[in-house]
Amino acid sequence: MMSSFKQIKKDEEEGGGNPYHSMDKTSVLQEARVFNETPVNVKRSTHVLTKILYLLNQGETLATKEATDAFFAMTKLFQSNDLVLRRLVYLGIKELCTVAEDTIIVTSSLTKDMTGREDQYRAPAIRALCRITDATMMQAIERYMKQAIVDRAPGVSSAALVSCRHIMKDSPDVVKRWVSEVQEALSSDCVMVQFHALGVLHQIRKSDKLAVTKMVTKLTSSGLRSPYAICLLIRIVARLIEEDEVGADSRLFDFLESMLRHKAEMVIYEAANAIVTLRKSSARDLAPAISVLQLFLSSPKPTLRFAAVRTLSKVAMTQPNAVTACNLDLENLIQDVNRSIATLAITTLLKTGSEGSVDRLMKSISSFLNDISDEFKIVVVEALRALALKYPRKQAVLMGQLADMLRSEGGLPYKEAIASTIITIIEDNPEAKEKGLDHLCEFIEDCEHTTLAVRIIHLLGREGPRTRQPARYIRFVYNRVILENAAVRAAAVSVLAKFGAQCESLLGNILVLLQRCMMDTEDEVRDRATYYHAVLATRDNALINQYILNPPQFALPSLERALVQYLRTDTSGPFDTRTIPTAPPPQEEKKTPNIMEPAPRPVERIIPTHEKYAEQLAAIPHFAHLGPLFKSSAPLELTEAETEYMVRCIKHTFQKHIVLQFDCTNTLNDQLLEAVSVVVEGDGWDIEASLPCPSLPYSQLGSCYTLLPIPEDIMATTGTFSATLKFKVRDCDPATGEPDTDEGYEDDYTLEDVEITVADHVQRAARSNFAAGWDELGATNELEDTFALSAMTTLEEAITQITQFLGMHPCDRSDRVPEGKSAHTLYLAGTYRGGHEVLVRAKLALADGVTMQLTVRSDDPEVSEVIASAVG
Amino acid sequence: MSGLLVRNLILYFPVCPSRRCKFIQEPTLYVIKGIAILDNDGNRLLAKYYDPSVFPTVKEEKKFEKNLFQKTHRANAEVIMLDRLTCVYRSNVDLFFYVMGLSHENELILVSVLSCLYDAVSAILRKNVEKRTLLDNLDIIMLALDEICDGGVPLETDPQVVTQRVSLRMEESPFNDQTVTQQVRQKLETTTGAVLQSAREQLKWSLLK
Repeated sequence: MMSSFKQIKKDEEEGGGNPYHSMDKTSVLQEARVFNETPVNVKRSTHVLTKILYLLNQGETLATKEATDAFFAMTKLFQSNDLVLRRLVYLGIKELCTVAEDTIIVTSSLTKDMTGREDQYRAPAIRALCRITDATMMQAIERYMKQAIVDRAPGVSSAALVSCRHIMKDSPDVVKRWVSEVQEALSSDCVMVQFHALGVLHQIRKSDKLAVTKMVTKLTSSGLRSPYAICLLIRIVARLIEEDEVGADSRLFDFLESMLRHKAEMVIYEAANAIVTLRKSSARDLAPAISVLQLFLSSPKPTLRFAAVRTLSKVAMTQPNAVTACNLDLENLIQDVNRSIATLAITTLLKTGSEGSVDRLMKSISSFLNDISDEFKIVVVEALRALALKYPRKQAVLMGQLADMLRSEGGLPYKEAIASTIITIIEDNPEAKEKGLDHLCEFIEDCEHTTLAVRIIHLLGREGPRTRQPARYIRFVYNRVILENAAVRAAAVSVLAKFGAQCESLLGNILVLLQRCMMDTEDEVRDRATYYHAVLATRDNALINQYILNPPQFALPSLERALVQYLRTDTSGPFDTRTIPTAPPPQEEKKTPNIMEPAPRPVERIIPTHEKYAEQLAAIPHFAHLGPLFKSSAPLELTEAETEYMVRCIKHTFQKHIVLQFDCTNTLNDQLLEAVSVVVEGDGWDIEASLPCPSLPYSQLGSCYTLLPIPEDIMATTGTFSATLKFKVRDCDPATGEPDTDEGYEDDYTLEDVEITVADHVQRAARSNFAAGWDELGATNELEDTFALSAMTTLEEAITQITQFLGMHPCDRSDRVPEGKSAHTLYLAGTYRGGHEVLVRAKLALADGVTMQLTVRSDDPEVSEVIASAVG
Repeated sequence: MSGLLVRNLILYFPVCPSRRCKFIQEPTLYVIKGIAILDNDGNRLLAKYYDPSVFPTVKEEKKFEKNLFQKTHRANAEVIMLDRLTCVYRSNVDLFFYVMGLSHENELILVSVLSCLYDAVSAILRKNVEKRTLLDNLDIIMLALDEICDGGVPLETDPQVVTQRVSLRMEESPFNDQTVTQQVRQKLETTTGAVLQSAREQLKWSLLK
């Protein structure tokens, strides 16, 4: 017997060694017929059910019918009392309940198991049952759940609590009624029960800050036993400290610090991590946490070393000085067998190390760079970027290292990170510019990533013409036209034209090159070459400036819509591009967060873009006559957070009107609001129309609108409005949302003032070449004024505030002030309502506050005046 | 300066409450994003992912597993960061055990879950932690996994408790007569199937020639 078994075993090993391998869904589901046998064939059923679970786990999907059939067959197995089989059935229920229909059929069987005497059944039965019940059925088993939460068997109690937590995702209210049981469970002796109870309790009280504070005060003094629960408590405490505006409650902070002396490493680490991530921690607060982490650095456990070095590298991003004490231990970790630890150690050192250690670190980087994943390479690149900005004198070494890395193997994100680091260095340090451009030129000679090549070529077009020898870049760019794919060729043609437009001496040669490009096989490349050749050949500076250096930037969807409209009407008159809103320049490109940072939380509400707003408003008949939408402001909160009603205001500017959109949310679950409107009043403004929101149930977003014609006098187009929310309240049942009475009562609620500022009339606009645009506008409508900005202490502060206040876009990266400078010039560009181009030059000087000389140019004298006087 | 108009400018802008608490961890029970047991070719034997926002589909899960295995099967270094997840792992003979959490998660909690998983599996398999025995006891291993983590919440981290809760028939020998007969029967069924199949193939080829 035994020998034959061995034989079989050997055979199986030859056949892949996995008896579940090469199973087929259909045949396994066929086999499930064995479930129907009476009495239940325990062995075979167990085997078949395991197979089904295995298939599902491998990612096999069942159709609704298949799943339902399998589910119903499986319910037959409740007849057997075999422990394993029964519990596999629970697993099956949990797996299939999302696909199969009518799963509630097993409710009674599960309820029986959950209230029965067999502990082995009770806990898993609760967990399975809570998966298939919804809020309404929950009431039926409420009594059992309450009992289970405080059950003597820890497994049952844990199962009930964890299920509570799952239920709360969909219906938080049911669980709220069980708060006293959960509280009782919190004092359990069992480690896990305490952890689960705290999790549920915190979730119940989360929105009530006072209750959380109370809970925390009690728990921090009483002392929890479970390390898991303490870790959770530490996070809750950290949250509280962070959210507390007034200043950290010292007792809470003391609690965190005392946890550094806990006996469980898990807790010590959690506390240290919490202390260093708190923004309010001072260097003195950090010290004990840092020394605990330092101890962990030399632990024999890799995970502990990893956790410590990861946290320290996070601290090094913001407070490198606090970590310098650990430098010696970190250097030892460069040789760590775990490459993740080594990389984190080295990137931390790059941030904390002194200027003298840079060369040595560079050497160790190149030695292990090939062993680590791209993600970690990006972390290294980020560290190099920071280092380059910190020690400008070391930029040559760093640039060399980056160039080496650029040549080595790696994926697109990695190469992009390197390229953008080089670009940052170029922008930061004009001296490094030519060297950096050379590296990038060399890189695009052999670059397989189209997007990256296009980006670098554009950079060449921007920076190249302003270098001492623009001619040397032409070769690199023209090589692209010969060698690369269509997208890169088209970009190269545009860049050639930019060189031609800015360098008189090269214009002749560029025209020849462009002529050659007209033979290209690709339409787009030919079109561009022809277009640029025609413009450049005129040698008319105004034309070149308008169509090559600062081309018009229309919002394309609006342009499309306007053109369609135009074609429908009488096309005898010329098409007026002035009514087309300009596209706002893209915001600062979002830095791709590296793996060291937590994944960004999903954005709660996606803010609609210009186009979405335009569509929404166009759908409202009252606003159909307003013309194209010029600009929408960012949402402005008119209420404090977490008040009864929340209102946000968005200002939409049209050619001659402003629409105020009020997004209201009702946070009271016992009220239904009707006829909700916002009444605004402001001097010198009329209200043309007001559209109320007919009904606003609990937690739903409703919008009401107010339409304001903009006064004729351009100097009276700003103002402050008082705002009041008016509505009719009907009390309703919190559970169903049905109103109790037919009669409601009027009520109102004062909101914060709404302000219409100059920025609401100005759309940001990009100018790739400010100087050319400035000269072209000329001094006809120039206004100049000097201001003392006494409230500002730094140039950066002045720049952000002026930019925001005027709602314009900084050009030529003039919003960045080189370190240590006390004078700076800011260039801003925008489009005023009605399509008037506005450029602003602000010369700033720092001396006892900031002094500003503001020069405004535009194509309309009144617009110049509005902008100049706005600042006053 | 006399010709120039000097004014005082006060600009008021509210402080934007930008991404406060960026690094402070959400106090949550949902600590675990995934648990996986792979074989020595990187194939999934058992895997559970608890957060669809991490890997929306099975395809991404498997891609991640392949990648993870490739990065971990040689170096036994216990912890790695991959795709914004911190993965702690352990291996024995031809089995690889992984527990995954978010990249800012407390690694020590993840490790405690991993040790519990490993020790529980080891006890269930009576220290024969290898693919063959794991597959022979797959049903019990599935139950153990279910006892360790429920929907991302660590349910139990004491391996002894886990084994007690699932070792329902551990008193029986896994190699009792019935199992063997059953296996023999099954094996026979599959081999006969295979023989027939290959005969059919051969016939087909001879006809084609």
